[in-house]
Amino acid sequence: MEKKATRFGYSDALMDMAKTDDRIVVLDADLSKSTTTVGFHKKYPKRSYNIGIAEQNMLGSAAGLSLTGKIPYVSTYGVFVSGRAYDQIRTTICYSNLNVKIGGAHGGISVGPDGATHQALEEIGLMRGLPNMTVIVPCDYHETYKATKASASIPGPVYIRFGREAIPIVTKPDTPFVLGKGQVYKDGRDVSIIACGSLVYEALVAAESLKTEGIHCKVINIHTIKPMDKELIIKSAQETGAIVTAEEHQIMTGFGSAISEVIVQNCPVPIEMVGINDTFGESGTPDELMEAYHLTSNDIIEKVKKVIKRKKS
Amino acid sequence: MKRRELGLELLMDNLYNIKAYPEYPAKLEKEEVKRFCQQIRRDIVVSTFSAGSGHPGGSLSAADMFGVLWSNFLKHKPSDPFWDGRDHVIYSKGHVTPLIYSLYAETGYYNRSLLSTFREFGSPLQGHPANSKLDCIEVSSGSLGQGLSIAAGIAMGLKQDGKPNQVYALCGDGESQEGQIWEAIMSSAHFHLDNLTLFFDYNNLEIDGFVEDIMGIAPIEDKFKSFNWHTIVIDAHNIDEINNGIQTALSNTDRPTVIIGRSIKGKGVSYMENQAGWHGRAPNEEELKIALEDINRGI
Ligand SMILES: Cc1ncc(C[n+]2csc(CCOP(=O)(O)OP(=O)(O)O)c2C)c(N)n1
Ligand SMILES: [Mg+2]
Repeated sequence: MEKKATRFGYSDALMDMAKTDDRIVVLDADLSKSTTTVGFHKKYPKRSYNIGIAEQNMLGSAAGLSLTGKIPYVSTYGVFVSGRAYDQIRTTICYSNLNVKIGGAHGGISVGPDGATHQALEEIGLMRGLPNMTVIVPCDYHETYKATKASASIPGPVYIRFGREAIPIVTKPDTPFVLGKGQVYKDGRDVSIIACGSLVYEALVAAESLKTEGIHCKVINIHTIKPMDKELIIKSAQETGAIVTAEEHQIMTGFGSAISEVIVQNCPVPIEMVGINDTFGESGTPDELMEAYHLTSNDIIEKVKKVIKRKKS
Repeated sequence: MKRRELGLELLMDNLYNIKAYPEYPAKLEKEEVKRFCQQIRRDIVVSTFSAGSGHPGGSLSAADMFGVLWSNFLKHKPSDPFWDGRDHVIYSKGHVTPLIYSLYAETGYYNRSLLSTFREFGSPLQGHPANSKLDCIEVSSGSLGQGLSIAAGIAMGLKQDGKPNQVYALCGDGESQEGQIWEAIMSSAHFHLDNLTLFFDYNNLEIDGFVEDIMGIAPIEDKFKSFNWHTIVIDAHNIDEINNGIQTALSNTDRPTVIIGRSIKGKGVSYMENQAGWHGRAPNEEELKIALEDINRGI
């Protein structure tokens, strides 16, 4: 299985967009090597700013740049951009509905050995709670590339989450990508596994394995957390009567919560959730951590079986 | 009489004979600028009276600097708020809506009578500026400490495009206790933003009392200097000094300029001057009467 880190999708898209669109500008906060925009800074020095370790000022400067017609892309680790600069994102950018795009790097526990301080696990919740904000959690390199390009095509703030580690590529360069529209990657009648980000691959692996046991799962990739593709989620709940959500993020406020908000109001069916359970991360290799925090295909399989029992009873 | 009705009545008389121009700067004579500032003060106290709440103190301390800026320096067209050739102003201390809304009204963006709806349910004149409600507002504010970054970002964008438009920002002295202000002071000098001028409203008061008692910021001019800014210190209530200050700021090159305006919070209203209590409180009918007399006399 070919693997590539999603963060390269972000910077590759910026490089390509910049060729034909001189409104694209890039801002970093001393982490341009990690966010992978360093090449952009080299190639387009007049359109790039390293603001230094000053996230609040970076978001404010991006707000100002957007007011001159630019499309600023700011990037740093998701923990810092969503936490340190939350009020700047809320009041200056979202309340004013400014055209600022935020690249949240190092999302999830798979950041690894740096430990809890650097593993963004709350930012989906923080960002999706903001009016005017669009939130995208792409599942692989290609999708991150397309999400980044798509973000420039809509006015207003967008948060794109990407990760540090190389993860399996599950889509193709020509797989369609429509903001706000989920995709069914596998059809099945027993359970809907609805996943985002790195857990989409795990969901596919889980579904394959469950098939051998006679359990047929629908696998859905929801890359746009907000606005959510409610129609698809309700339809799949009606068709399968049970849901498992999967995310590399806190379940509370996160993706599982977002899905259940739709389900309980429209078509209540049993839901089980795979994700971080109200705890911080720690140091370790990405694989060790994904296993220790129950974010693997095996954990999805377990939840699928559990939700099927609940559905029957 | 209800507050709003009395407010409206007071707003309707054009006591100081203010005339709106199709395009600014209007190059007003000193006497006309003075009357313009008087009218702004009148609007500030009447609109806060009308609303029964709001922030007169910090609005009054910046009234002369912004009266001069808006009438005689700022490039803007009231009929076309987003005109390409306009200069930008960012109000980092967003609580001075009584001042901001008055400036728009007195230069003809909308009728002065609108000021009587300040802070009312459904009014475009929100307690703190909101671009979603009032379209001439460039960016919403109200959370302190953020505006200089925004102004710097605009200045960066203008420079990138080689545009001559100027960027002005207003921040409070208490506000400079926010770390982000210093991040922006640092980056504005780093990026050589000589198209940026910051008005620093040095009234030495914040909500809980004197700035120097709560969290001292002195020596502020030295701080800006050591961050590689041009500095100009003026009496923020002296029209000539304000004029000269802005003129000098505009001729400065290579670095951003701060105009440190030594000001009096509540300036122009006897009982409000230098009183922390008048930061965020509206006058009642009796107090309003005294305020209007004080403003008329020009204390
Ligand atoms: C981030 C933030 N913290 C606190 C407040 C509440 N607040 C509003 S005005 C103010 C005092 C501001 O003092 P200063 O900057 O000196 O303003 P001025 O004296 O010019 O009115 C405070 C604490 C706020 N609006 N934003
Ligand atoms: Mg003050």
